[in-house]
Amino acid sequence: MGFMNLFKQLLGDDWGVHPDDHKGPAADQPLRVMPVPARLYLPLQQHLGSAARPCVLVGQQVKKGELIAEAQGMVSAPLHAPTSGTITAVTEITAPHPSGLSLPAIILEADGSDTWIDLSGCEDPFALTPMEIGKRVAAAGVVGLGGAAFPSAVKLTGASRAKVTTLVMNGGECEPYLSCDDRQMRDQAAGIVDGIRIMLHATGATEALVGIEDNKPEAIAAMQAAAAGVANVRICPVPARYPMGSEKQLIHVLTGKEVPADGRAFDIGVVVHNVGTALAMRAAIREGKPLISRIVTVNGACAAQPGNIEVRIGTLAEEVIAFAGGIKGDGIGLARRVMGGPMMGMQIPHWRVPVVKGTSGILAFNATEVAEQSPDPCIRCGSCVKACPMGLLPLEMSARIRNEAFDEAIGLGLKDCIACGCCAYVCPSKIPLVQYFVHAKGELAAQDRAKLRNDATKKLAQQRQERLDREAREKAEAAAKRKAEREAAAAAKAAAEAAKAAATVNPETQGESA
Amino acid sequence: MMPVTLVAQPVASPHAHGGNSVRRTMIRVQAALVPATLYGFWLYGWPSFFLWCLTLGACLGFEALSLKLAGNTRIRASLLDGSAALTGWLLAMTLPPWAPWWVAVLGGFIAIVIGKQVFGGLGQNVFNPAMVARVALLVSFPLPLTQWVQPLPMIHLPAPDLVEGLRIFLTSLPLPDAMTSATLLGHSKTELSRGVDLLQVLAASQTPALSWLGMRAGSFGESAAVLIFAGGLYLLITRVISWHTPLAVLAGVAIPAAIGHAIDPGRYLSVEAHVLSGALMLGAFFIATDYVTSPNTGSGQIVFGLGVGFLTWIIRTVGGYPEGMAFAVLLMNSLTPVIDRFIKPRILGRDRKGRPLDVPEPEGT
Repeated sequence: MGFMNLFKQLLGDDWGVHPDDHKGPAADQPLRVMPVPARLYLPLQQHLGSAARPCVLVGQQVKKGELIAEAQGMVSAPLHAPTSGTITAVTEITAPHPSGLSLPAIILEADGSDTWIDLSGCEDPFALTPMEIGKRVAAAGVVGLGGAAFPSAVKLTGASRAKVTTLVMNGGECEPYLSCDDRQMRDQAAGIVDGIRIMLHATGATEALVGIEDNKPEAIAAMQAAAAGVANVRICPVPARYPMGSEKQLIHVLTGKEVPADGRAFDIGVVVHNVGTALAMRAAIREGKPLISRIVTVNGACAAQPGNIEVRIGTLAEEVIAFAGGIKGDGIGLARRVMGGPMMGMQIPHWRVPVVKGTSGILAFNATEVAEQSPDPCIRCGSCVKACPMGLLPLEMSARIRNEAFDEAIGLGLKDCIACGCCAYVCPSKIPLVQYFVHAKGELAAQDRAKLRNDATKKLAQQRQERLDREAREKAEAAAKRKAEREAAAAAKAAAEAAKAAATVNPETQGESA
Repeated sequence: MMPVTLVAQPVASPHAHGGNSVRRTMIRVQAALVPATLYGFWLYGWPSFFLWCLTLGACLGFEALSLKLAGNTRIRASLLDGSAALTGWLLAMTLPPWAPWWVAVLGGFIAIVIGKQVFGGLGQNVFNPAMVARVALLVSFPLPLTQWVQPLPMIHLPAPDLVEGLRIFLTSLPLPDAMTSATLLGHSKTELSRGVDLLQVLAASQTPALSWLGMRAGSFGESAAVLIFAGGLYLLITRVISWHTPLAVLAGVAIPAAIGHAIDPGRYLSVEAHVLSGALMLGAFFIATDYVTSPNTGSGQIVFGLGVGFLTWIIRTVGGYPEGMAFAVLLMNSLTPVIDRFIKPRILGRDRKGRPLDVPEPEGT
């Protein structure tokens, strides 16, 4: 493999980057389970799609696993109480986002008893129809745990409708520092394989390909052992290379197929799920448990005791870090706080931000790790071109964006950019390329919204004008009609009067004439 | 927790960096030039050392001056990135080893001010600055730029000592005939133009020798093909450059040379003579691979390299100058934007023309 890789590199077929993975020592530490904190902060939007709608009242007692916010819209996910306790507020809290803006959330005060509601599991998931499985997964609030947090049920039912043939399981975990999937594959391989079989049943796919990067030999071994007796689940070690865990790249490596630029994985008969999601789905189907906890990797040079921790959704990062062993040296030397992985994760303004369903890591970086530096001019070295897994020209795109020539940037493939960060990672001038692309995409989205709004306003104005014109026309017509009627009436009256007058006058005239 | 760490500027991902920098790249290229440079000092003595020092110094000085005039606030950082020093170094490598002091200063001025800073500084220039200076000097001052001194290794008796070297460097007196010699390319061109067959020319005893080690008249740094090649290999291994450009340049010269030599050895020099002569090795590994002025994609670099190689051969064979590397590089530099426009990588999920791939029909329907 090493020789082939070298050969491919020489030939230039070397998309992506090979960052130092920093998986250890966190990956090798046994999983720790964090006790329920006193208070949980549950944002209503923890997934892609529309936010959930609260269905509890302040002061209401809830049990662990009880529905507290329901899904609204086609793409959405409900929210469940991660422990038993009292709803103390439905308010705004700091979002897990670099802006530090607030977003609506439910605050739950734990009562300490941690009692479940009555769970209704299912002994034989394979007796359920795919539709029923989809419904149950949706009701359990399961979302993709790899980071994007797309509602899983939408993908399941969509896949079954699109008649996909291949289920690709993403165990790549290509982000450096993160090891939550690795840990789960090592510890709960049998559960994951069971979850995969349920997914195969639910999607109608004929085989599952589990892609695991070859820098996780223990996980590969455990999964191979667990999948030994299962015919249609294949464990496929893939070369460790970032972003191997990106949907399009993993599909390409495992199946050789490319997702069309304007299409989705369904279109080529593939659906991708994260291995952690398989476990969450299995719990939802077999035990009826909603998604109320997840595994988070605490890592980074400033983390005193890196490791993987199972935490309830809604726990503050601050408390997770305190449980994990705190920050080295009381935070001196801490340069950046990140939620998610170092390549695509978000910087957060402070630690008082809750863990949400898509939080895979809490990272405390020192200055050396983030390597912050003011950018130098682009020397057109082309490193970004070689690194881009999508085959784009990041240097050309950023040059266009700097001149606000967004259309040209789109022509160069801006919309194909997956914001993986490879270009900025390799850039010798440390140009924040991803920032340019995110900025441009935001600007374009704003332009689209403005255009929509303009169009809508224009349409409304046009409709109003038409209505006014119509009304004026009708009024004019009515007036004309009335006038005509009046005139007709007047004419008739005049005629009648004339006739009458004639009748009355006639005798006179007759008399006169007589 | 310190209050300063509470407010952090929001920064887009990624929150990690591979560690490469402009400075590291430039230093690696300079490190690759060290063996050939030291060997050049040994071959051509003190005058070549002074020439090298002054060319580098002139480039750094003009860089600082330009940045200051442009109101740049990061002069120190810009000088330390090593790009100006590298330009000076490469220019020095291509100059005749005993060129006088003003060639170095003027070359530095042309390279940095006209070749680079007027375009907007690092990364903005269209043409390779060192080659701009080389060509401008050659066209303007053909005599001092074509006086090739015979190698006189420092241990030889007639080699100039420190003071003598300084005198040669500063006074720019014409060199005694006994010490100069034509290059192989120059010699063959002259003889060919006199109507002498190449076979006779090369058989004659006073013909400049061909040597991998550069024990012959030539530019200060480019005659030791084997050392330049070693430096190029180092750049390939450290992945500062990729194989596309150098291989294409060498192929661009070697293929027509092989064909020509096979057809008429009396008119066309052999592949070996072409590859080991003049600036070809230096050009293939150090000049044509210049990031700023060459295409960004592998395929683009192959087209670019073949162009450079082929034009070099054309100029050497039928052009007015014995050596054409610098001209070829400049010509292809001007084509770089066009090459970059037409040769782009294929985007995943799209065809070569940028249209989305077709959605395959579902099987069984």
